[in-house]
Amino acid sequence: MTLAGASIRAADSPPQPGPADFNLPPIVEVAGFGITKPMVLVVLSAVIAFGVLYAMSRRAAVVPGRLQFAGEAVYGFVRNGIARENIGAPDYHRYVPYLFTIFAFVLVNNYYGMIPFFQFPTMSRIGYPLALALIAWVVYNAAGIGRHGFLGYLKLQTLPPGLPAWIVPIIVPLEFLSNILLRPLTLTLRLFATMFAGHLLLILFALGGEYLLLHSENALAIPGGILSFVMFIAISFLELLIMFLQAYVFTLLTAMYIGLALADEH
Amino acid sequence: MELGTLNMVGLGLAAIGPGVGIGLIFAALVNGIARQPEAEGRLRTTAILGFVLCEQLFVIGVALAFVLQP
Repeated sequence: MTLAGASIRAADSPPQPGPADFNLPPIVEVAGFGITKPMVLVVLSAVIAFGVLYAMSRRAAVVPGRLQFAGEAVYGFVRNGIARENIGAPDYHRYVPYLFTIFAFVLVNNYYGMIPFFQFPTMSRIGYPLALALIAWVVYNAAGIGRHGFLGYLKLQTLPPGLPAWIVPIIVPLEFLSNILLRPLTLTLRLFATMFAGHLLLILFALGGEYLLLHSENALAIPGGILSFVMFIAISFLELLIMFLQAYVFTLLTAMYIGLALADEH
Repeated sequence: MELGTLNMVGLGLAAIGPGVGIGLIFAALVNGIARQPEAEGRLRTTAILGFVLCEQLFVIGVALAFVLQP
């Protein structure tokens, strides 16, 4: 694993964390194609998610053990709290595996930001959430088209019933833009930007505290450095919450989009 | 020493709106739970949805603040 980001710098200049910190140098080059830390992490996350869930379900029994109980709690949360609430009773079974996969995958990838030695949330590189959002886009559009037919689905998504005729030409393009084109974009940006901003904050307080404590001549540097590290710990706890929340929100919104695509006209 | 760009000032200003909005949402959530504790689960889902939509404005701001370089 490469530990050095771009902000490891000359000791006498204050740190300036920025987007450059997220461009990690490749670990190895394979035929001119650099393999970077997030690529390794994303593959590892699939292995971890599979391994943990397999261990949880391997010795499944009627009276669950501790591991199985934990696994069932998470699964039940996604199945009942997200899928059934948002998609509705007969249809949600088909989408539970997909939603649960997304949830586990995003959760593991987000918590990379907090686990020592990983310490890089994969989703702070925009390509990864973009891929997930495009999969979600295909899934909910396919669900809607399969249910209502192509034209029926377009009508459902772009034309809210009961509108006066003069407003229709304004509403239809707006609804098309927001429901078909912008949804994957906002899904991507939300996950990407919260992970990016959170990690940047952590870098800022860690490097700033180190600089103030060790390299600064200013009289206020020592209390400032201590304050900076206290903030670092506080922000870390906030991040733990946000990382879970973002995984939940990504799954929730995917489920909601599927639910809206499948819904009958009111 | 460069002290940052106007983008960052704009980002701070852009945080005001969603900040007020998120505050209102969770104030309403607390209010709702206090009035009807048994509806907490459903209220919370809706509140988180509102929180997310509100946060979206700021999140777009974060992305644009780093993308739009002078």
